[in-house]
Amino acid sequence: MSNNNQDTQKLTPKDFKSDQEVRWCPGCGDHAIMNAIQRSLPEMGIPREKFAFISGIGCSSRFPYYMNTYGFHGIHGRASAIASGTKTANPELSVWQITGDGDSMAIGGNHLIHTVRRNVDINIVIFNNEIYGLTKGQYSPTSKLGAVTKTSPYGTIENPFHPGELVIGAQGKFFARSVDINMKLNQEIFLEAQKHKGTAVVEVLQNCVIYNDKAHAVIADKKNKDERQLVLRHGEPMIFGKNRDKGIVLEGLKLKVVEIGKDGYTEDDILVHDAKTKDPGIHLMLANMQYPDFPVAVGIIRSVEADTYENKMEDQIKQVREESEYKCVDDLLHSGSTWEVK
Amino acid sequence: MSKKADVIEREEVVVRFAGDSGDGMQLTGTLFSDTSAFIGNDLSTFPDYPSEIRAPQGTIGGVSGFQVHFGHKQVNTPGDYADVLVAMNPAALKANVKSVKNGGTIIFDKDSFTEKGLRKAGYETDDPIKEDKLDGYNIIQAPITTLTKETLKDEGLDPKSILRSKNMFALGMVYWLFDRPLKYTEQFFEQKFKKKPKVIDANKKVLEAGYYYAETVELLTPTYRISPAEIEKGTYRNIDGNKATAWGFVAASEKSGLQLFCGSYPITPASEILQELSLRRDFGVKTFQAEDEIAGICTALGSSFAGSLAVTTTSGPGLALKSEALGLAVMAELPLVVVDVQRGGPSTGLPTKPEQSDLTQALFGRNGESPVVVMAASTPSNCFHYSFMAAKISLEHMVPVVLLTDGFLANGSEPWKIPKMADYPDIKAPVVEPGQKNWMPYARDPEKLSRTWAVAGTPGYEHRIGGLEKDELKGSVSHDPKNHERMVYLREEKVNRLVDVIPEQIIEGEQEGDILLVGWGGTYGHLRTALDELLKEGHKVGLAHFNYIRPLPANTDEVLGRFKRIVVCELNMGQFASYLRMNHPRYEYLQYNKVQGQPFTTIEIKEHVQKLLEA
Repeated sequence: MSNNNQDTQKLTPKDFKSDQEVRWCPGCGDHAIMNAIQRSLPEMGIPREKFAFISGIGCSSRFPYYMNTYGFHGIHGRASAIASGTKTANPELSVWQITGDGDSMAIGGNHLIHTVRRNVDINIVIFNNEIYGLTKGQYSPTSKLGAVTKTSPYGTIENPFHPGELVIGAQGKFFARSVDINMKLNQEIFLEAQKHKGTAVVEVLQNCVIYNDKAHAVIADKKNKDERQLVLRHGEPMIFGKNRDKGIVLEGLKLKVVEIGKDGYTEDDILVHDAKTKDPGIHLMLANMQYPDFPVAVGIIRSVEADTYENKMEDQIKQVREESEYKCVDDLLHSGSTWEVK
Repeated sequence: MSKKADVIEREEVVVRFAGDSGDGMQLTGTLFSDTSAFIGNDLSTFPDYPSEIRAPQGTIGGVSGFQVHFGHKQVNTPGDYADVLVAMNPAALKANVKSVKNGGTIIFDKDSFTEKGLRKAGYETDDPIKEDKLDGYNIIQAPITTLTKETLKDEGLDPKSILRSKNMFALGMVYWLFDRPLKYTEQFFEQKFKKKPKVIDANKKVLEAGYYYAETVELLTPTYRISPAEIEKGTYRNIDGNKATAWGFVAASEKSGLQLFCGSYPITPASEILQELSLRRDFGVKTFQAEDEIAGICTALGSSFAGSLAVTTTSGPGLALKSEALGLAVMAELPLVVVDVQRGGPSTGLPTKPEQSDLTQALFGRNGESPVVVMAASTPSNCFHYSFMAAKISLEHMVPVVLLTDGFLANGSEPWKIPKMADYPDIKAPVVEPGQKNWMPYARDPEKLSRTWAVAGTPGYEHRIGGLEKDELKGSVSHDPKNHERMVYLREEKVNRLVDVIPEQIIEGEQEGDILLVGWGGTYGHLRTALDELLKEGHKVGLAHFNYIRPLPANTDEVLGRFKRIVVCELNMGQFASYLRMNHPRYEYLQYNKVQGQPFTTIEIKEHVQKLLEA
């Protein structure tokens, strides 16, 4: 609560660190995500008091305690609802929801899809480690089919949710994906999420070093990442690979991985990413690309402009107020039929 | 009107309109009430309708009723038994015949008493009068359907619309019977169907036809005349409990200068509060129709974090869903008002019927030691006062408040002397202004024990709150055993200290004596009427009707001690009685309970007390 001289001095990542000791396990992916957020906040040009970090329950949901901003550690699954209330009440705030795969897609699934549908301007960061960490190792709605966990000792028998598919299916206007250790890309994404007006969902593939170590290693490891991740940037061709020799083409109604210079494919055949097209078709296909058939898409997959819930609310209030015949509660109480008793 | 030879002057009359749930009985009853109010009667109404919007036609389950009690003295209840029953079909007769006074008047639509209709209603013979033993009653069989059709045959309306207006024929008859003018209802048509002159004409014609039919046949004797009530001078309006609740919050928003935010999920019988507040964009009200009950309270709590006057509205099943988030409000010590418009439970129970069985849930229905303030409104119009006070207490003391009303108050209406907002108190929430040094999120006012409110967005007070136990001052997470115990006691004591703010409990009737009737919430009208009648008979009886439940008023113990016996009357199995036993164990509490999804009748309370006094 010190450091009040924000007008004269640019904020630094340190200004966003609270005095609380960070208690995530050493090696947990959460540390890297928090670092990326703390580094991107000063770049947003927003006074510190305008940030509100709101969370549910789970390891990731301890996040607000570590931020020197306004913060609200809520109850399990309900952060989207709390955040929607905060943002609707005061649209000037930059509201961030920090959540995990269990918090947002199991107990909080209903709130997540409805928040996305309404397009409330909040930034939702989903720490997806495909496991319940805080309760010590049960499977989550994003655990891969067959995953062996404490509550699925013989492997899970349920299909996982893919956050991107869910968000786009709920008419999501902004969806991005990244990996916890991609510091630079993460900062880039968080800045864009903040700029985007409407619900921005960022899925970060996060490593739980204790209960689901290396869950994302197959695509996240340094030695693999160039071959197995496709970094999407609006207006740029979908090229990947260490030698930038692979790309994505659209064949018929399907995406396909091709090698540039092979089978007659040239760079001109490669799809150019259009994050801003309203049609969610290609975005959905990109979000659903799975290794080993495809590289996993990271970066901003979809970013489409649309009016926000809270803006429409403010507009409606303004309009109804102008047209209303009531100026104060006394007027309201006397509205309709009244009579005098003398 | 010269033909009315046999006019009876009455102090009060009860009329019940009953028909299929699609017959428009609620509207008919409301129009009759409005006219009665305009000509100066005091009144009280009670809609009694099925939870299905259109239950199977012609069956008892589909009967919708609306009872109006009006008189020239103060009217506190919708009345126990009807002087006049209007039954639009055999099922309506069957379902309501027991609520007509011995020898009362029953008007029914003769055309609907076909063999099919009678069987559907469960009559075994073709003569319901005989079957229901209605010989001593004044039975008026009017061909309402035929005459309505006849009246509108040249209007060019479709048969469905014609049939739909037969309720206005019945209303016209009742207007004649009670000597009421038609003009207020005609004005209503003109307003309501502004763009459909044809419909205005048709409704007026049918209303008049009913009126003149009654006059012509002269069957409708005796006719009643109710003089205007002697009530306090001032400007009046009719208001129902849900609208009054909504307006109380709008008033609190104006007085506190805070934006009103209502996050809710529709549920019977509370939805009208959300609906009314949705209209109030003109007062800057933000309503958020959430995806479920939990999101309703959570959005409200989120708005409270951002500095709004936060409200969520629900009924029993919804309160159950909200309980975890209400616990979060207790822990975070943020202001929040939860309105529970009670209905019959458990589970889905009786959605459209009143009961007082959520008291224990409101008081104790959360995990952990989780005290909240509990209040209850007791008449349709004082829902305004108590929703205002719930908001005031919640904001000024940084504490969640549960306000209990019920389906009876919510849908019941009565004339209300319109208050002046200048007479209402200010609301000063402990919002921290920028620039305060060494501010701590959980530092408390030494008297009230409330913390201060640093609204998200205020520079210099960035802080974290949440559901984990927190340090006594800083609010940061604390697992210290002693700190937890101190916090539990502080949260409890904060609620207890409200006793210094809430008014003392009053006793109506005798101030000491043989029997103290104790009630709370929506039963006030019936208890008060029973009290008046018992007092008239010379009994030493008083009534303590509670609006503040947690905490109880400071003088509660003294009030309870003034009478030889205490009878706690509730529409549940004795939840308030148990609560009193817990808090004031030195008294013996007799109970009078009813759990039928129906209000008390004045008579049953009176008779119970008389029996106790005789014994």
